[in-house]
Amino acid sequence: MLWKTILIALREIRRNVLRSFLTVLGIVIGVAAVITMVTIGGGATVQVRQQIASMGNNLLMMSPGKRLGPGQSTGSIPFKENDADAIAKEISSIAAVAPVSSQSIMAIFGNQNWTTQVTGTDNHFLKATNRSVKAGRQFSDSELRSGAAVCIIGETVRKKLFGGQGTLGEKIRLQKLSCDVIGLLEEKGQSTMGMDQDDLVVIPLSTFHRRISGNQDVGLIQISVQQGSSTEKAQSDIRRLMRERRHLSASDDDNFNVMDMKEITKMLTGTTQLLTALLSAVAAVSLLVGGIGIMNIMLVSVTERTREIGVRLAIGALENDVLTQFLVEAVVLSSLGGLVGIALATAASFVVARLMQVPYIFNPGINLLSFIFSAAIGVIFGFFPARRAARLDPIDALRHE
Amino acid sequence: MNTGQHLIEFRGVTKVYGERHASMQALRGIDLHIVEGEFVAIMGPSGSGKSTCMNILGCLDTPTSGTYLFRDVDVGQLTRNQRALLRRYYQGFVFQGYNLLNRTSAIENVELPLIYRGAPAHERHEQALRALNTVGLKGWESHTPGELSGGQQQRVAIARAIVTEPAVLLADEPTGNLDTARSREIMELLNSLNIKEGITIIMITHEPDMAAYAKRIIHFRDGLVETDEQNGRTK
Ligand SMILES: Nc1ncnc2c1ncn2[C@@H]1O[C@H](COP(=O)(O)OP(=O)(O)OP(=O)(O)O)[C@@H](O)[C@H]1O
Ligand SMILES: [Mg+2]
Repeated sequence: MLWKTILIALREIRRNVLRSFLTVLGIVIGVAAVITMVTIGGGATVQVRQQIASMGNNLLMMSPGKRLGPGQSTGSIPFKENDADAIAKEISSIAAVAPVSSQSIMAIFGNQNWTTQVTGTDNHFLKATNRSVKAGRQFSDSELRSGAAVCIIGETVRKKLFGGQGTLGEKIRLQKLSCDVIGLLEEKGQSTMGMDQDDLVVIPLSTFHRRISGNQDVGLIQISVQQGSSTEKAQSDIRRLMRERRHLSASDDDNFNVMDMKEITKMLTGTTQLLTALLSAVAAVSLLVGGIGIMNIMLVSVTERTREIGVRLAIGALENDVLTQFLVEAVVLSSLGGLVGIALATAASFVVARLMQVPYIFNPGINLLSFIFSAAIGVIFGFFPARRAARLDPIDALRHE
Repeated sequence: MNTGQHLIEFRGVTKVYGERHASMQALRGIDLHIVEGEFVAIMGPSGSGKSTCMNILGCLDTPTSGTYLFRDVDVGQLTRNQRALLRRYYQGFVFQGYNLLNRTSAIENVELPLIYRGAPAHERHEQALRALNTVGLKGWESHTPGELSGGQQQRVAIARAIVTEPAVLLADEPTGNLDTARSREIMELLNSLNIKEGITIIMITHEPDMAAYAKRIIHFRDGLVETDEQNGRTK
């Protein structure tokens, strides 16, 4: 008998193609929207974490100027090379300190050119920014001292200037400076802030001072803290030292700013998580709207269905036969909608993840949740009106209008 | 068949529609006694309570007061499911308004009561074909109600009621939409079901010509039985 009821239910679904299609469509859209949003949001959060982990969470960055954003550069006296030396000497928990000066310059090789960030620094830069040289070598001490025309280039610059050709030993031109490529940096990948971390050319700081900036200023100091040491402690130690070196009195504000990657991590993941929550809320609303759509279709067809129930009861169906039929119909339609929705969401998440360059991470929880939710909607709105009708006297069901 | 046994008994059955001042007393106390094998025609003016009485007979509606015995079983004491089973196994009902399932082929409509009886598919199909053939709808099996005329729909409804070979066939104006020739065919059919299969038939009709096929004619007026007599000139 159950099998017969299932057959009846399937037959009714097939007979009412439009009604069935609309019911399924509501669920499909709702389920697909929720799953896609949550999956993409989850992927974005994971990506931000990965990127920040790749930058290293033991890194500090000190820039001149007050904390109040980049526009506010009042009284931003630049650093000097010996500031970096002092930090390295005075503060014990420091792993590496690198003075950094940089400028945007067009690099030329043959008939290729590419405007990039030319960074003057020393070998500590690698450790202080969690980088390594993947081919070639670092600067030698004599190159650093004498300001030799040598450079280590990032992967993006290599691609733009050399394409598939060999790189080491070639000469590239930076303004009037023609320098030998002695090394190639390991890629770090795209940064979250939209900056390409592999788009740079590293030259010795002394070379930068003499041949490019023409002064002895250091724009930025990169610091990495020893693993296991507190970055907060290092941060406050550096602050104290720098206030002293810059002769700030107790009433003066800092005219420099030590930033902690952990803070940035928190801020950025917080933003993506908030965004994910917002998108999920929007998606949940669309699931709800889908549910209301289903409810509407069910309610519109309730008159016809009530009469159908009346006919079935009149020719000898038990209340349970009718209920089972409607339950099966509701469950089949909702499950179908749920499954199509999941399939659609998987495809959509995959494509969107590709386009947005975030990792695709299958989230079983949300798939299950939205599936159950869609099934519940179908059952509630398909089954309960039917149950009400099945409890009427057959003649009242038949007279329903 | 156990012809002559009690089949149906009404004792003071009343039916009131609506509440208080808006109420309408459709049946005012019907006493009725029908034995197995009878062929009864119910006649009477419009609004006299014929359909109301028929719906109660078919266990589709419940009386406001009074007792309904079906084969000496008090229907008023049965549960909903027991009444459904009574409809399923003993009664065939032809509605005044057909009540076929929309977008459902004639044959599927006729098969429906057999499905609930649990008949195997091939048997179901055969019996439904035979019933449709009997009402003269051979070749119309796959048409849906929307593709059939009123008279054809009425005949599908009759086929659906007789396909189970019920103990009693309750027909509310089964020839209401048919021309005289068709009506006579249907009456001949009912007559032969009554005589050959021993099916008890209770039928509402407005036409004396059709009532003439019955062995007994009951006249309703204002919710009461006015006359109840054997048909002297049975065809
Ligand atoms: N569901 C209902 N609610 C209220 N009143 C009803 C209802 N059904 C029938 N009636 C009333 O009960 C009375 C009897 O109706 P019924 O349908 O039994 O008449 P009938 O003899 O079958 O008439 P007809 O020959 O026109 O089919 C009528 O006055 C009708 O208005
Ligand atoms: Mg009537």
